[in-house]
Amino acid sequence: MAKETGIVSWKQLNLGIAITDPGNASQLKTGDWRAMRPVTDREKCTKCGQCYVYCPDMVYTKDAEGYYVQNYYWCKGCGICAKECPVDAITMIMEEVD
Amino acid sequence: MSKRVGVEVSIACADAVGLCDVDVVAAYPITPQTHIVEHLSELVAEGHLDAEFVPVESEHSAMSACIGSAAAGARTFTSTSSQGYALMSEICYIASSLRLPMVMAVANRAISAPISIWNDHADLMFARDVGWIQLIGEYGQEVVDLIPIAFRIGEDKRVLLPVQVNLDGFTLSHVIEPIIMPEKAEIQKFLPPYKPQLRLDPENPVTMGPVGMPEVYTEARKAQDEALNNSKAVIQEVFDEFGKQFGRQYKLVETYKTEDAETIIFSMGSISQTAMSAVDHMRSQGKKVGVVRLRVFRPFPAKELFDAIKGAKNLVILDRVTAFNGGEISAPVALEIKSVLFDRKHHPKVGNFLVGLGGRDVTVQNFEEMVEKVAAAKDGELGPYQFINVRE
Repeated sequence: MAKETGIVSWKQLNLGIAITDPGNASQLKTGDWRAMRPVTDREKCTKCGQCYVYCPDMVYTKDAEGYYVQNYYWCKGCGICAKECPVDAITMIMEEVD
Repeated sequence: MSKRVGVEVSIACADAVGLCDVDVVAAYPITPQTHIVEHLSELVAEGHLDAEFVPVESEHSAMSACIGSAAAGARTFTSTSSQGYALMSEICYIASSLRLPMVMAVANRAISAPISIWNDHADLMFARDVGWIQLIGEYGQEVVDLIPIAFRIGEDKRVLLPVQVNLDGFTLSHVIEPIIMPEKAEIQKFLPPYKPQLRLDPENPVTMGPVGMPEVYTEARKAQDEALNNSKAVIQEVFDEFGKQFGRQYKLVETYKTEDAETIIFSMGSISQTAMSAVDHMRSQGKKVGVVRLRVFRPFPAKELFDAIKGAKNLVILDRVTAFNGGEISAPVALEIKSVLFDRKHHPKVGNFLVGLGGRDVTVQNFEEMVEKVAAAKDGELGPYQFINVRE
């Protein structure tokens, strides 16, 4: 939990909040920042890969069928993929409140 | 046994830094700190001190170089004053937040405008919030002793913070005083080699100074605040250790003839010497007056200060800086002391006086005038603060 969110007690912080395990940015769950999530309609999707190209956080990966799939651990919900999709296959859906 | 030798306090200060086996000195010269930096540069150039001397192009760069050096685990020293401190200040906050021990001598000087190279506490006061430990020297021997003390406090595992040693510009930095310079071997015994808890090391990479998101910034600040709060006990412990080894015992708060004092003068720095002369003179006339001064301004030793002043009916509190706060509250030092008094529901008569600004002399007569003003004033007459020695 702590590594995903950065939420820890002040007593557990490293000296000067130094980061002692390099590359740990990948553990930070930036998906927590998301207000809206992109959802792909596979009926419309042409597998062109524009979403993969434009995504600033590289959250898209190609699956076995050739579709591009979002990783919601990192997707911040910026909506660039939905804006750029040439066939409007990606819709931004409001996240449910837990 | 070391001998007492007449030496300029700046030179003695630099020699004391040399005794501490510093690894890196990065500094930019500014009056009245110049002799400290020049002498350190000489010590390195002539081979007396095995250290890197980095002649940077500004104070901003000086502190940046010091942070790099301290982050790499080197024992680091710098020195500045006034405008130089102002330019450096952005980076000073980072040194304390990253918990990097280093020592900086600050030759206290007024801040422009008008341009003034002379002494007051404007730089000491604006630097009170940068998160450093602030020690204040009153006379030459104290400045020399505070240098190894400062390194030892800052490098203590329970502290790990940068430390300022303040000395009044000219009135202390440029006077020649009889000083006992400790032996190098003695200093080495007192100040063991610096072993950083965390340092920049290609074998074990760390990131220092990352972004602190809103989820962690408060916790980071709390951790830093605790470190400074907890340093108070360590500071007294180090003073005691120094006292045991060198025979010169220091305290967070120093008192002079306060036991039965009805009026206590509160001062900081070299002006306290004039205050003590004034007290001697007033005592000879049967007036019960004493002096209290802080050797440590951050962390603020509230308990020790209160114990020292609680017996007095009248307090004369000196501020050596213009307040610029709108005129309805006191200047910084008096504000802090009033806060200590308020928390303890204690209400002596308080006079707050702005004195010795930009090198203006403060005389024994001035002290007598301030003491008389507070003694004679009725409740509410003193106001938040007043200037002394100002021409109408």
